[in-house]
Amino acid sequence: MANLTIGIGDLKVCRTTDVLVTYALGSCVGICLLDSQAGVGGLSHIMLPDSTSSSGGAATPMKFADTAIPMLIREMEKMGASRGRLRAKIAGGATMFAITNDRFNIGDRNVAQVKAILAKERIPILAEDTGSNYGRTLFFYPGTGVMEIRAATHGTRQL
Amino acid sequence: MIRTYDDLTPTAIDCLKEVGNIGSGSAASALSEMLGKSVSMRVPDVRVMNYSNVIDEMGGPEKVITGILVHLDGDIQGMIMFLLEDNFAKIVLSTFLGKQNVRVVDLDQDDFSTIKEMGNIMAGSYLRAIGQLTGLTIDMSVPAMTVDMMGAIMSVPIVMYSEIGDKVLFINDGFVIDGVDIKSNIILIPDMKSLYILMKKLGVAEDG
Repeated sequence: MANLTIGIGDLKVCRTTDVLVTYALGSCVGICLLDSQAGVGGLSHIMLPDSTSSSGGAATPMKFADTAIPMLIREMEKMGASRGRLRAKIAGGATMFAITNDRFNIGDRNVAQVKAILAKERIPILAEDTGSNYGRTLFFYPGTGVMEIRAATHGTRQL
Repeated sequence: MIRTYDDLTPTAIDCLKEVGNIGSGSAASALSEMLGKSVSMRVPDVRVMNYSNVIDEMGGPEKVITGILVHLDGDIQGMIMFLLEDNFAKIVLSTFLGKQNVRVVDLDQDDFSTIKEMGNIMAGSYLRAIGQLTGLTIDMSVPAMTVDMMGAIMSVPIVMYSEIGDKVLFINDGFVIDGVDIKSNIILIPDMKSLYILMKKLGVAEDG
């Protein structure tokens, strides 16, 4: 069993023997996908909602919700997952600093976009731990489907 | 014309170091006055880094720190961020509120306001010094503060500037209070256009 770490704007897929980890999600969102029958899990750590709003967006698809999620699905399909069996759990999308500035409402926009893309891909969301104002570290155990959230100031919980 | 941070010349980097030096020197004397303690600075560090390396470089994503964020407006757009380790809060709270050995995860409202006000005064001092040096008018927002994981706090500037590339520019300064290195950082993060304005004012912008 290995812990696979997913950096900011990265994604990885694995078998059920491994664990997927992404540290300190702030306004970013972690998207866990699982096909429990095929035993294939995946985790994407997106930074921004929309690749089309960025000039270099096409070159870095893993940073954006609209391009990272379809890419994660394709990577999981290559390992034998079936799109129709995928289930999602999501976490993150916090507003780290209480500053009234629209550019900074990125956490809420990320969560809304992730939900919209998952709905478009017809993937049900089984659990979420999103919003509020604190950082979250995410452990995803594809063997059990459990998403564990560890926060510096808000304890640990399993979803 | 600088389009990405990679276009910065060594001269430009030296110049930004000097900007950091002057800004943090001014912030350090403001801090020294408030605390009644000697405050000196480390030599500023100006680096263009891939954002995935920045957080590891600064102590790892899960390290719990105090972050204070100030937005810049006017001639320079961007932000100033204070990343303060436990020692900073301890020194400030023992000086002003007589509290000993406070843990940053247990701060109450008074503690928060006190530390935030230090950030406010230091940021103001930092920006006034840069304004005097360059003749630019730099406005600042009311500071916002949080205590959380380094990675989550740093994701704020990283996400903001990720739209213009995978690199971030940090002008990073540290303080030593009464001979104790408290490993606190002031990070000036100008956006690309403001960086160009800053360089032009300082006479190191290259055209063409």
